[in-house]
Amino acid sequence: MININNLSFGYPNTPELFRNISLHISRGETWAILGPSGCGKTTLLYLLAGLKFPTSGEVTIHGEKILRPRPHSGLILQDYGLLPWSTVRENVALGVNVRKFYGADGKHTPDDFIPKDNVESWIQRLGLSEVVDKFPAQLSGGQRQRTAIARTLALEPDLLLMDEPFSSLDAITRENLQNLTLSLCEEQNITLIIVTHAIEEAAMLGKKILLLDTAPNSTARIFENPNAGSRNSAEFHALCETLWGEMQKRNAP
Amino acid sequence: MKRRDVLFAAAAIFVIWQITAMIVSMSILPTPLTVLVVFFNELQNGLFTHFAVSLWRVTAGMLLSVLVAAPAGLVIGGSKRLNRIFSPIIYLLYPIPKVVFVPVVILFLGIGDTSKIMIMFLILFFQIVVLVRDQASGIAPQLIQSLQSLGAGRRALFRFVYLPASLPAILTALRQSIGTAVAVLYITELSATKYGLGYYIYYRGSTLLDYPSMYAGVIAMSLLGLGMYFSVDWLERKWCTWKFVS
Repeated sequence: MININNLSFGYPNTPELFRNISLHISRGETWAILGPSGCGKTTLLYLLAGLKFPTSGEVTIHGEKILRPRPHSGLILQDYGLLPWSTVRENVALGVNVRKFYGADGKHTPDDFIPKDNVESWIQRLGLSEVVDKFPAQLSGGQRQRTAIARTLALEPDLLLMDEPFSSLDAITRENLQNLTLSLCEEQNITLIIVTHAIEEAAMLGKKILLLDTAPNSTARIFENPNAGSRNSAEFHALCETLWGEMQKRNAP
Repeated sequence: MKRRDVLFAAAAIFVIWQITAMIVSMSILPTPLTVLVVFFNELQNGLFTHFAVSLWRVTAGMLLSVLVAAPAGLVIGGSKRLNRIFSPIIYLLYPIPKVVFVPVVILFLGIGDTSKIMIMFLILFFQIVVLVRDQASGIAPQLIQSLQSLGAGRRALFRFVYLPASLPAILTALRQSIGTAVAVLYITELSATKYGLGYYIYYRGSTLLDYPSMYAGVIAMSLLGLGMYFSVDWLERKWCTWKFVS
């Protein structure tokens, strides 16, 4: 589904973050991108989202080179990106309304787009019915994140990109939302790529874990994690320890 | 602001005025009661027409300013390139006291309403454009990226982000401009017209030496400013509900 081919990227006047890195991600997989601050995790997500572009090499999704945000990709950012002046209902409907605004032009909106009234069902599904007329400032962190997820899933994406979406939530809410995200992605056959700096989160969510080092990254170090979704198994703890050891080793002075 | 507090403040101002008038005891400062009686009598004797003419001029000036300055501020604030080009120009023109252009504008546009509206426009345009530009350019990049990931291009960003994000700034600019707009209105109505509250106040006070009716004109002008101020407050509560939730 996703091919990263010999990709290089660096911000002006700073060392390169990626140098000739290549990676393949198949449809329906769940990936976690893990690494220390400044290693380029979020940048890689933005490259996949079509919000930044490689200095050389390319990203293709379903064979198409990414030159702009792709209508079938959903992106959820750390601070949820909700409009503060819109209610929960309006925020969930935002993506659908943007598509209605353009119509099926094939650029901003898929050319097979048919407006569907699925906003209310996603509001119910994500347990937002009681706060539907509230503004983001009136919501808890968990409710804000649910709103962002509902807004993205209402667009029926085949790829969900998440940038540290659970980092500011309490442990119980975080765990609930991690489980919810996994089950929704499985149910909708969505490819999930989540960026995190938390080893446990990566081991919980990613069936494959891409471990990034301090820049520049030139090889994709991938850890297989067939037991993702469970945090009580011995394998989970073993993987966490391995990842912790690897990160320690790489960041040792 | 609570309505009760506003009424209380108005009553306090009238009491202070009453006491001052009693102490001064001169014809140039009549008591509020005298002025209020004259005010209601004068309303039927032409004051209302002067009020309506002034209201039309100031509303037209403000509306024209918003309709031109708000989109200009949004476009400039929404584009780094345009901001780089226009900001130095705005920086140079903003502090120039536009009221000195009154004779120039009258020479170009004549002595009718157009020149009066244009002078208000010249002053308000810069106040609004600066506030809206700063608001639009200060929108968090994450919010923009989030919308772009939902498929929003430039047009949708204006519709769904820049415009609603700048609405409070537009209303704040309007609220801040009301005092200036009414003051400028007064200056423009001092000459070359026989209608408007500026003319009424000046004519009654300086020519007829009819001080109670001059003060009635001052009250009418204050009501004009206050009414506009309250209207903007009302619009803000209606359009920017999210700012008032807790």
